[in-house]
Amino acid sequence: MATPTKLIIIGNGMVGHHLAEQLVESGALERFEVTIFGEERHRAYDRVHLSEYFSGRDADSLALCEADYYTNHGITLRSGEAVTRIDREQQTVITAQGSYPYDQLVLATGSFPFVPPIPGNDSEGCLVYRTLDDLDAIQAAAKNATNGVVVGGGLLGLEAANALRDLNLDTAVVEFAPRLMPMQVDNEGGELLKEKIEALGVQVLTERATQRIEPGETSRLRMVFQDDKVLETDLIVFSAGIRPQDTLARECGLNIGERGGVVIDDQCCTSDPAILAIGEVALWNQSIFGLVAPGYQMAKAALSTLTGGDTHFSGADMSTKLKLLGVDVGSIGDAHGTQNPGARMFRYLDPITQVYRKMVVTSDGKKLLGAMLVGDNGAYDTLLQYYANGIELPKEPASLILPQQSGAAPALGPDALPETAMICSCHNVTKGDICTAIDGGAADLANVKGATKASTGCGGCTALLKSVVDHELEARGVEVDKSICEHFAHTRQELYDIVRVEGIKTFSELIEKHGNQDTHCLGCDICKPAVASILASCFNEPITDAAHVPLQDTNDTFMANMQKNGTYSVVPRIAGGEITPDKLVVLGQVAQKYQLYTKVTGGQRIDLFGARLEDLPAIWGELIEAGFETGHAYGKSLRTVKSCVGSTWCRYGVQDSVGMAIKLENRYKGLRAPHKIKFGVSGCTRECAEAQSKDIGIIATENGWNLYVCGNGGMRPRHAELFATDLDDEQLYRTIDRFLMFYVRTADRLQRTSVWRENLDGGLEYLKEVILEDSLGINSELERQMQHVVDSYQCEWANAISDPDKLKRFRSFVNDARPDPSIIMTSERGQLRPA
Amino acid sequence: MTATALKHTVSTDTWQPLCAKADLVAFSGVAAWLNTSEGPAQVAIFYLPRQRSQGQEKELYALDHFDPFSNANVIARGIIGDVKGSPVVASPLYKQHFRLEDGQCLEDEDVKLRTWKVAFRGEEVWVEK
Repeated sequence: MATPTKLIIIGNGMVGHHLAEQLVESGALERFEVTIFGEERHRAYDRVHLSEYFSGRDADSLALCEADYYTNHGITLRSGEAVTRIDREQQTVITAQGSYPYDQLVLATGSFPFVPPIPGNDSEGCLVYRTLDDLDAIQAAAKNATNGVVVGGGLLGLEAANALRDLNLDTAVVEFAPRLMPMQVDNEGGELLKEKIEALGVQVLTERATQRIEPGETSRLRMVFQDDKVLETDLIVFSAGIRPQDTLARECGLNIGERGGVVIDDQCCTSDPAILAIGEVALWNQSIFGLVAPGYQMAKAALSTLTGGDTHFSGADMSTKLKLLGVDVGSIGDAHGTQNPGARMFRYLDPITQVYRKMVVTSDGKKLLGAMLVGDNGAYDTLLQYYANGIELPKEPASLILPQQSGAAPALGPDALPETAMICSCHNVTKGDICTAIDGGAADLANVKGATKASTGCGGCTALLKSVVDHELEARGVEVDKSICEHFAHTRQELYDIVRVEGIKTFSELIEKHGNQDTHCLGCDICKPAVASILASCFNEPITDAAHVPLQDTNDTFMANMQKNGTYSVVPRIAGGEITPDKLVVLGQVAQKYQLYTKVTGGQRIDLFGARLEDLPAIWGELIEAGFETGHAYGKSLRTVKSCVGSTWCRYGVQDSVGMAIKLENRYKGLRAPHKIKFGVSGCTRECAEAQSKDIGIIATENGWNLYVCGNGGMRPRHAELFATDLDDEQLYRTIDRFLMFYVRTADRLQRTSVWRENLDGGLEYLKEVILEDSLGINSELERQMQHVVDSYQCEWANAISDPDKLKRFRSFVNDARPDPSIIMTSERGQLRPA
Repeated sequence: MTATALKHTVSTDTWQPLCAKADLVAFSGVAAWLNTSEGPAQVAIFYLPRQRSQGQEKELYALDHFDPFSNANVIARGIIGDVKGSPVVASPLYKQHFRLEDGQCLEDEDVKLRTWKVAFRGEEVWVEK
């Protein structure tokens, strides 16, 4: 094998990481020995969603890959090691730690925030907004501050303003231009944007040039403007644009643009053929591209150059769709109409609902040249397709931006899009690529996403992607059959509604009334447990009642977990993981007596393995006697509420997390759901209970509890998302009541909350509307249904051992009391295990 | 000895009482020991009470309790259902389906559980060895 090419990538931002990912995925990695230098101590993270750092996400959840991604692929990542010099003669890069030879070098150093040359701009309390470390500095400065100012009213400035608001500071935005977001919107749009942002409590000052910054009287700092007016503030964040981080390139003599940026050609090569540049440091055709999508395209072109391919970078569309401080802003193509002489404009302004839409069209009104949206991005996807694909506009183009009621707005159906239509610009996926994926066997949205990566970047194209996939599947005659099994032509959700509405209490009644006529009336191992779960969610009758017995999986039937040799494991409830020494002793004694293997579970309980079927009632008799109750480890139901020790013992704790965990576990124990449910409660942001990997995660704050939802560990880990903040105890119960019941009502069979959430149309925003704003008007009903479950709880094991009829089931053989001789155990590390 | 008497002796030899009807669980299974010519065997007995609206023939089925996929004696603890018109039991461990009628595994044509003839005699369940 040939010696691998030594490839060094300077910069571990989004674009540098994307190049590494491309190398891995293209299979080209084996030809290279790759070293990446990152100036920051964090591995590559999602800078687009940086502001979420203050609303609950941490460095790990923003990271673009798992911690071991690079190592696993044999890439060396040197984080926190800044390159100080490039020696082009020797082909080495030099850091404080050493020098490293390269055959090929890629500059992906990105940009740095521009700080206007204002006297006093280096005062304490003057900060920038670019990296996670910057955000930590802002957070630290905000601790003793009551107000803050952002200098710069562009995209990044408004992001920074949002961050200050999340830190509970009185926030002001100071912009030099006459309006906010001068690049994206015009005067009308800017005015509307200003009104909307001021309505959120953010002060907006336009046409202000700061002359100097000096110590303040009422606050730490004072800004003096051109008209000698002043503004006092505790901290100032400069977010007035970016400049290419081209110092290394300058110092080693590469060609640099007049206003900065490393000059590159279509292959992303700099003036030195051994050195490439990509992302915000690169100057292509006199332009710097300050968005992530063009950076990704450059990364692809660079990969092609490195591997001898012929993909070129040919510029990028700067159309963009944003949500800033909760306000939609969209900009497509020539939004100002200044680049196309003779262009004509349509404008629609609704001052009441505060929506502004503008289209720039050719003089004949046939093609869209650009568009601008403020307050509602609903039309963005359609307009972008008209623009990007040069599709002829409808006869009355205005219908595209007028409200729906005033005429049929011709939404551009997916069938009208050409094969070349770009659906996902982050990953360069066209409609044609999607069709190829579907023809290649991807039969649903999830598979198309997996095959093409579409919609896995910024996620802006999710809705469009879904409509294209649905349309293409339909066009291929794929009828997505969502029947639960051959016995019912209904989904689980439909069966749930039928049971609720008609008050059906048994499986036999349900299959008689709503089952398929052409099958026997027995049901099967798919629909029976699903219906058993629905009946339990709705009516909460004991699952061991005669009518429900044949429906249950063996685990539910015997209220224990069957192991591979036919024995069972027993897990009593240990709410919140808190257990008295006396009870701990009992568990040990029971395990000794019945020769059970014991292991501590991940959910802070104790699992007793190897129980024989006929021993289960006696084991439970002793456990119940000692005050234990069933732990539902066998059920699709609430499992555990994991907790850290909280403020009772821990010097960092701010709330009693154990107490809350116990209350929650006792409230929701016994709730049967489409799948198992796990909770975690942490007493402070250190998150020792790992609540963000749970279906329901609760993290204590100074003021109450932050609620996270839909996390998961296991095979496909997913961080829970912040759902509501600073709830008091009652608000917390109420919100979880609604959330869980809504999940129980709408999820598919065996669908965890994480997958349910990913398939939920409208996503987290929709979920918030339903649960927090009661947009469907069902919350009181959901709360009532949950209260019924809570009130009707009884320990299934206590219920069973008091009923001799139910105990008859716990016999290994109906005609012989002796144990099954085929179960053979052997000893290992002082305990028994299956032989 | 008359021919009638001889026949009677044979039938008491091949059929043996297994358990009471009251030991069974409707639409589910129980396990029992059976003495066969090859030695003692664990059998799973399934009871599907005849229902008004359907023409199902048999109420009782007897199969191996032994699950060849997990090598554990668990078949009686599986869920009863019907797949494409035939009554089946799903193994509680790895969920393969076995036809109650003839023990055939639906997922693997090479695997078949043994079956026995089984019937009510009064309030007792009898199996042919």
